[in-house]
Amino acid sequence: MALSLQRSTDAAVDGVTAKQPAGPRWRRRLPFSPWHLLLMPTALLFLLPLAQMILASFMSDQDLNRFPPRFFPRTLTLHGYTQLFDQSSIVRWLINSTIVSTVAVLSHLVLCSLAGYGFARLSFRGRTVGFFLMVSTIMIPTQLLMIPTFIMFAKVGLIDTLGAAIVPWLASAFGVFLMRQFFLSLPSELEDAARIDGCSSFGVLWRIVLPLAKPALATLTVFTLLGSWNDLVWPLIAISNEDHYTVQLGLANFQGARRTDWSLLMSGNVMATAPLLIAFLLAQRHFVATMSFSGLKS
Amino acid sequence: MRLRRSLTGWAFAGPATVFVLALSIFPSLWAFYLSRRNWDGISPSTSAGWSNYQRLVDDPQLRSAVTHTLVFTAIFVPVSIVLGLLLATALNRPIRFIAFYRTAIFVPFVASAAATGILANYVFSPQFGIANGMLRGLHLPPQQFLESDHQALLTLCLISLWGEVGFTVVIYLAALQDIPQNLVEAAAIDGASPLRTFWHIKVPHLAPVTVFASVWQTITALQLFDLVYTTTKGGPLGATQTVVYYVYYQAFQLTHYGYASAVAYILFGFTLLITIGVVLYSRRVQVEAF
Repeated sequence: MALSLQRSTDAAVDGVTAKQPAGPRWRRRLPFSPWHLLLMPTALLFLLPLAQMILASFMSDQDLNRFPPRFFPRTLTLHGYTQLFDQSSIVRWLINSTIVSTVAVLSHLVLCSLAGYGFARLSFRGRTVGFFLMVSTIMIPTQLLMIPTFIMFAKVGLIDTLGAAIVPWLASAFGVFLMRQFFLSLPSELEDAARIDGCSSFGVLWRIVLPLAKPALATLTVFTLLGSWNDLVWPLIAISNEDHYTVQLGLANFQGARRTDWSLLMSGNVMATAPLLIAFLLAQRHFVATMSFSGLKS
Repeated sequence: MRLRRSLTGWAFAGPATVFVLALSIFPSLWAFYLSRRNWDGISPSTSAGWSNYQRLVDDPQLRSAVTHTLVFTAIFVPVSIVLGLLLATALNRPIRFIAFYRTAIFVPFVASAAATGILANYVFSPQFGIANGMLRGLHLPPQQFLESDHQALLTLCLISLWGEVGFTVVIYLAALQDIPQNLVEAAAIDGASPLRTFWHIKVPHLAPVTVFASVWQTITALQLFDLVYTTTKGGPLGATQTVVYYVYYQAFQLTHYGYASAVAYILFGFTLLITIGVVLYSRRVQVEAF
């Protein structure tokens, strides 16, 4: 499959301007494309739970415990949020998650770019074996690693620290693979020219290659951000001190105690989802384009 | 000179490689060692030989966990493929509101499994949930959903599809846009109906994506954990106990590290076999997916 990186999905829609084929008569009589009949209900069905999450977070307990349940609140209240701030360490958890994701993204960008470039362009002993071993680890599932990693963390004193949530996210075989594939797709003439002019390998990567690699770096950022922010397994097995919870672990455990305190739980859900949701809506075009890029290149 | 080049190369590739291998190859070998020991994490471990593996053959709880995982996979994978293809085809049209539709269908993918699970507890709550609210509106009998041992697994399927179908949609959408437009036009000129064009031109073109998506979704489905943890915790009556949840339960609730490792290893072997099988099969029918 050809690498086409910066294609926004919408550009293709404009490109496909295939006129609707004439089609059977019933179809021509519809004032709109029949695809709306599929897409409109589906889109609403997909948004409905999220809408309910946001609405319920602003509802009073009275409205929430009414039977039959109401979808739209009669009065808006911040009661759920104030309770959440009072009774949980949500701010602490959000800060922890921000630290985890920031470190994860930065470390991924540095380590995976370096390794990806090394495997793509430099020749050295053990390159093939190293890369093969690295890629084969993609097959190893998390549940196999849970127990020994937990023990390893215990041995080096990482249990019950934020480090336990960070360390598994410092680099990944997927990231190295993604960057290598991207670097291989670049023409090497430019790099050769820089090298002849006396540029070091690192200089070539830093000055020539990385500025061209923005789409791949964006993809890597998106995946690392999604993965590290939403991760539940590693914090769950390694962290039991509430002060070191990530926001996902905090919510999951908070729920156990507050099984039906819906305005509280939904406020927490909004707080945990909003950062990624806002980032997604702001960078949507790029986000979907990079998703499709990486989905296919695996 | 050669040594220098090797040093430069490893200076680039080394940190990530050492890190990834240290956190994957090394622990996975250790997990194998553990699977042949009996260990509770505190007292010294004792050799178990293959007894942990023998034990899992007739563990009724594991058997039901395997059944649930397979049922879940058998529903989740085909539906997410078919639905993904259908929605991607629809979203590949130059119609009004298309940006809105795309956003709506992809947004749930951004929500974490934890948030999705907590939200699902509310949406499917028998008393207060909007799911039963809608059923009542349609004059249908309300359901127990996650609180019924017959419906819980199916409800989890529904929730997973809600969250994950955006992924198959996006990769199908990208692949649809890669199909050369002149092929589609040529077929239309030859008088092929849109349905025939779809079936005979688009679907074969999408075969590599379908293989990739099936493998990916199968692996996702076999590893179902987060959602179970935040909704049913394996209940009611063990009806949503999945293999990974069982590994977690054995290891971190009962501290049966050896036995849990053996179960994890068997699941790993099974996943590996499926993946290799699919890849070999797709090679044989000449679909280059990997």
